[in-house]
Amino acid sequence: MSKHFVEIQYLAKRFPDADGGQLTVFENANFGIDKGEFVCIIGHSGCGKSTIMNILAGLDEASEGVVLMNDKEVAGPSLDRGVVFQNYSLLPWLTTLKNITFAVQARWPDWSKEKVIEHSMKFIELVGLKGTEQRKPSQLSGGMRQRVSIARAFATQPELLLLDEPFGALDALTRGMIQEELIKIWNETQQTVFMITHDVDEAILLADRILLMTNGPHARIAESVKVSIPRPRKRTDIIHHDAYYLIRNHLVDFLVNRSRELAGEIIADPDLPIDSSHPLEVDPSIADPDVKQKEVLNEVA
Amino acid sequence: MFQSIQFRSAMVSLVLLAFFLIFWEMASQPPEATVAQSEYEMLMGGVDQEARVPPPTAVGRLAIKELGNPFYDAGPNDKGIGIQLAYSLYRVLTGFFLAAIIAIPLGFMVGMSPLMQRALDPFIQILKPISPLAWMPLALFIIKDSEASAIFVIFICSIWPMLINTAFGVANVRQDWVNVARTHELSHFKTALLVILPAAAPTIITGMRISIGIAWLVIVAAEMLVGGTGIGYYVWNEWNNLDLSSVIFSIIMIGMVGMLLDISLAWVSRLVAYEE
Repeated sequence: MSKHFVEIQYLAKRFPDADGGQLTVFENANFGIDKGEFVCIIGHSGCGKSTIMNILAGLDEASEGVVLMNDKEVAGPSLDRGVVFQNYSLLPWLTTLKNITFAVQARWPDWSKEKVIEHSMKFIELVGLKGTEQRKPSQLSGGMRQRVSIARAFATQPELLLLDEPFGALDALTRGMIQEELIKIWNETQQTVFMITHDVDEAILLADRILLMTNGPHARIAESVKVSIPRPRKRTDIIHHDAYYLIRNHLVDFLVNRSRELAGEIIADPDLPIDSSHPLEVDPSIADPDVKQKEVLNEVA
Repeated sequence: MFQSIQFRSAMVSLVLLAFFLIFWEMASQPPEATVAQSEYEMLMGGVDQEARVPPPTAVGRLAIKELGNPFYDAGPNDKGIGIQLAYSLYRVLTGFFLAAIIAIPLGFMVGMSPLMQRALDPFIQILKPISPLAWMPLALFIIKDSEASAIFVIFICSIWPMLINTAFGVANVRQDWVNVARTHELSHFKTALLVILPAAAPTIITGMRISIGIAWLVIVAAEMLVGGTGIGYYVWNEWNNLDLSSVIFSIIMIGMVGMLLDISLAWVSRLVAYEE
């Protein structure tokens, strides 16, 4: 019996390398996602973030470990898990509307045509694309395409929404706007979201919890950082919150220094009270680093 | 308007055509008689001892006459140009569509299965370079019908570009789009119909365009062999009649119809084109 809505247990991905040995991309990935939670994962390129996401989506297979959702093992892709890909992955020969009705129809095959269109239009309006429903993706800007992709994922109302660096290819202004739209939709739908990002500020703005991955090979999830800034959050306001820079510095310090120091195979450390294959729970908003880890550990215990 | 590239290129085309026709007309004139000719000499062709390619004016007069009444039928050796072209088009389109019915599903199978791709590759590589006319004797022997044999020759020459392009288009559909189908739990059949077919359609149509071009090239030669009807037979028959004006006229008509076939498939390819 798992305590989280989504349970990732001892997940690993290994490839055979050229010398007949094995290349371990990541191993011992253990974490959970609660219902309605927004979790981000940050790490350098090559640490296997996208592979974890593809395994969650059912598009890739893990070498070891399991993913459980609702206590059921994830095997193969499913409409219960919606995916927003970095490169939007819209079907270029379909209009905005058809790209979404295509997904809605797949989700609810017995719905009438009118109901499918009505439902799809609701989500087009939600991402602010009303009036562009007859345009093809090539006639939309990058930001608009990503909104269509987000609308498509939300419209199928999956139990878990997976976002793979959805704003990576967008300029900063567009990114900010869509981030706020994403928060708005997330507030309205109470979706469970798992998102990959490279952007520390984006993670703080959006996430309840941020998972930090060490560098690959033998990458692992080292920490689970709690974002204790209350919601609703706004881009312009959160930077004035006391915890903001504490969290941000902690994340940047991890990415710049510790992701490299912690890289490599796990060496059992007798000083740590918990299994190092599980991420350490951290709340940087509690000032003293020693106190903060102990307190969180006490909470867990 | 006079500055537009279309207008200027059309002008250059017309000037080139005019130069070519004038040169051809002048080169085809018989020499003037310098001395009086006897009646016998006049009957034997006068001072012009060799046969000449008819001048464009003669071809033009014939074209006007033929195109004025393209569908007359005065017996097996005298049918209008429209009837002859219609026979050829019927054979080309029948062979072409039969080939499409086989090649496109087979191309899907080859494109979607690396196993089938490897298994069928040696057959395709050996069969593809065979001149379609080399099949003719075997086709005549097995089918025992010259009409159906001509259609078979068109079939066999149309099948390869369509098969190869379909397999290539299907095998190279972007993995992202296949992943979209997978995450939406589409069945294999629906994935093929809703994602892979539209994604590969431009490549498939390109293959069809190459095929119909080759089929139109081959039909002329095939009809010269099987005889009876069709534009290829017509060219050869007029050569046997030593009617070179008709030969030149039918050459131009073959070009025109070939161009129309290509334009119609270009139009279809615009319908299925998409921009990424």
